[in-house]
Amino acid sequence: MHIIVCIKQVPDSAQIRVHPVTNTIMRQGVPTIINPYDLFSLEEALRLRDQHGGEVTVITMGPPMAEDALRKALTFGADRGVLLTDRYFAGSDTLATSFALASAIEKIGQLYGRPDIVFAGKQTIDGDTAQVGPGIAKRLDLLQLTYVAKVSAADPGKSEITVERRAEGGTQILKTRLPCLITMLEGSNEMRRGTMPDALRAARAEIVTWSAADAGIEDLTKCGLRGSPTVVKHVFAPSARQDKATMVGEAGDLPRDLADKLLDDVFTRQPAILIAMSALSSL
Amino acid sequence: MSDAPTPKPAAQAAGRAGMKKELPEHFKAYRHVWVAVELERGQVHPVSFELLGEGRKLADKLGVDLAGVVMGPPGEETNQAIREAFAHGADLAYLVEDPILRDYRNEPYTKALTDLVNAYKPEILLLGATTLGRDLAGSVATTLKTGLTADCTELAVDADKSLAATRPTFGGSLLCTIYTLNYRPQMATVRPRVMAMPERVERPIGRVIAHPLDMREEDIVTKVLNFIPDGQSNKVNLAYADIVVAGGMGLGSAENFQLIRNLAATIGADFGCSRPVVQKGWMPAERQIGQTGKTIRPKLYIAAGISGAIQHRVGVEGADLIVAINTDANAPIFDFAHVGIVTDAVRFLPALTDAFARRLSPHNHDKLAG
Ligand SMILES: Cc1cc2nc3c(=O)[nH]c(=O)nc-3n(C[C@H](O)[C@H](O)[C@H](O)COP(=O)(O)OP(=O)(O)OC[C@H]3O[C@@H](n4cnc5c(N)ncnc54)[C@H](O)[C@@H]3O)c2cc1C
Ligand SMILES: Nc1ncnc2c1ncn2[C@@H]1O[C@H](COP(=O)(O)O)[C@@H](O)[C@H]1O
Repeated sequence: MHIIVCIKQVPDSAQIRVHPVTNTIMRQGVPTIINPYDLFSLEEALRLRDQHGGEVTVITMGPPMAEDALRKALTFGADRGVLLTDRYFAGSDTLATSFALASAIEKIGQLYGRPDIVFAGKQTIDGDTAQVGPGIAKRLDLLQLTYVAKVSAADPGKSEITVERRAEGGTQILKTRLPCLITMLEGSNEMRRGTMPDALRAARAEIVTWSAADAGIEDLTKCGLRGSPTVVKHVFAPSARQDKATMVGEAGDLPRDLADKLLDDVFTRQPAILIAMSALSSL
Repeated sequence: MSDAPTPKPAAQAAGRAGMKKELPEHFKAYRHVWVAVELERGQVHPVSFELLGEGRKLADKLGVDLAGVVMGPPGEETNQAIREAFAHGADLAYLVEDPILRDYRNEPYTKALTDLVNAYKPEILLLGATTLGRDLAGSVATTLKTGLTADCTELAVDADKSLAATRPTFGGSLLCTIYTLNYRPQMATVRPRVMAMPERVERPIGRVIAHPLDMREEDIVTKVLNFIPDGQSNKVNLAYADIVVAGGMGLGSAENFQLIRNLAATIGADFGCSRPVVQKGWMPAERQIGQTGKTIRPKLYIAAGISGAIQHRVGVEGADLIVAINTDANAPIFDFAHVGIVTDAVRFLPALTDAFARRLSPHNHDKLAG
């Protein structure tokens, strides 16, 4: 099996701070990581390869330093990393991103074998749109399986796959044909620890690095800012609420008195809440 | 949404907009606002009504019609969905009805919605940011090669009549407004509970435009082998609960979350938590409230030991009344809560549960001890 996994290098948003006065982003020194959701897809790809044999290729589109994300994926056991980097990709929205990635995936297919499965993450933590996966599927005419909790069975010989997919109000058991695009649900597996040989291999591995032209992209108007129908016009901080909370209670109050004071306040403001509670409570 | 880590600078974006602001001729025919009415297994998802409420405002500002788009199997289900679309503000409805659409599958739904757009040309198309809506919206937008803005928190019409879609960016610490210039329809998704539920007004069913799916089951590769509805145990309907009690890291341990569950049971509330509580494994992920968890709009929200970070705040701001319990008088949660108490939640929660119990049912007080 040849499996391609799309990963994105993102700033570790847990460590992003907003400047309290200027409301600007303080990016200095914020480390980058592989988008956490992509790791569930990468692990699933590695498992399928281990079961069925074959190769896992990881691809990312980003600045040259995104190579680190690919190298990291190689330490987990991925076989090949492809970095798509070109100034023409700057400012891509999801439509332009899916165009560039789909073009490169086609090229990878020509060079290293047609993929049986393409994985993407459920969503990124910086873009957070969950659109790039479906976009790639549509462009490559792959069957689309999003929010997959479990790959129950895959049969590359028969080109069949069965998965459990999270739907509204339940789980769908879906059977479809390969090639397909899958996005995994978080928590569906746990990323393995890389092995020492993989770490050594990753450190020395050559990362395939492509410009737009290398990836076979001729129509540059579909890339980057020019290929993006959406435009970000303003970025701003959420406005503060005018009035702060009314504080209830005094320093020496016992919990019981404090609770009574609070309830007086709550029920004065919202008398209807008592009725709602009486109807719902387990008393 | 820009997928690069840095959003396009405003100046550059404006320059580009200025360059070719004129909408291409073939898009000028695109008019009216559409809302995809999400029907899964006989149920209309309430987010569809919230979107109809929002779509109504956009349509009124633009002076155009609001349409509900219903896709599903023939029968009472789609009928009901159409009736509800009118009751929640639609002027007309589009209907694609076919047995193939019984279960949600990407292939036939993408075709149904794409065909409708190509045939009837809406200027704005809104979908719920649910597992169904997100799966479908990405495919449809890519097929149509148009812009799609995910998880919007505010929708407005600009002076030049284009859709201004606002959403969180940078992990929720900032907001950005996104436009789809020069392409139609302008597509956006919105998460459940982010927009207010409009009032339901019973009205006769108006104009319904039916459109064929034109597909055979044999053409569809993906088959639904089974559907397993969520069991009672993990049926968390936090988003639509009237009263919600939540705990944060301030509670200090997994055991102390029993205090939250006790209070919730006593007052008939649902319960939730902040994100680090989930990361600690003290609560399951479906209980997380906030930007990357559930958005809630209860009548009453009680937050105990939660600092009130922006990502939490955006998920709870729609609550009518927010009560915050925190030991730190300067915690950011007091900036947006309505009522605050500076105290140790671990000591206070049992007293609060007890006080509620006494008010709710004076005679049952004793049963609650312990
Ligand atoms: C991309 C991104 C998405 C995120 N999404 C979400 C999200 O969806 N939901 C979410 O909640 N967070 C989210 N976060 C995390 C968020 O930024 C905060 O880190 C988180 O909300 C803090 O949780 P907390 O208030 O429980 O913990 P802390 O920030 O640790 O706060 C604990 C609070 O408890 C108080 N306290 C301590 N002891 C007591 C006591 N005995 N009694 C009463 N109070 C006490 C403290 O004063 C403090 O205010 C996200 C972050 C990122 C970067
Ligand atoms: N620049 C990128 N390079 C590689 N994969 C990406 C890129 N952007 C998005 N993806 C993939 O698409 C998924 C969804 O991204 P998003 O639509 O931004 O939420 C991610 O989890 C990645 O798997």
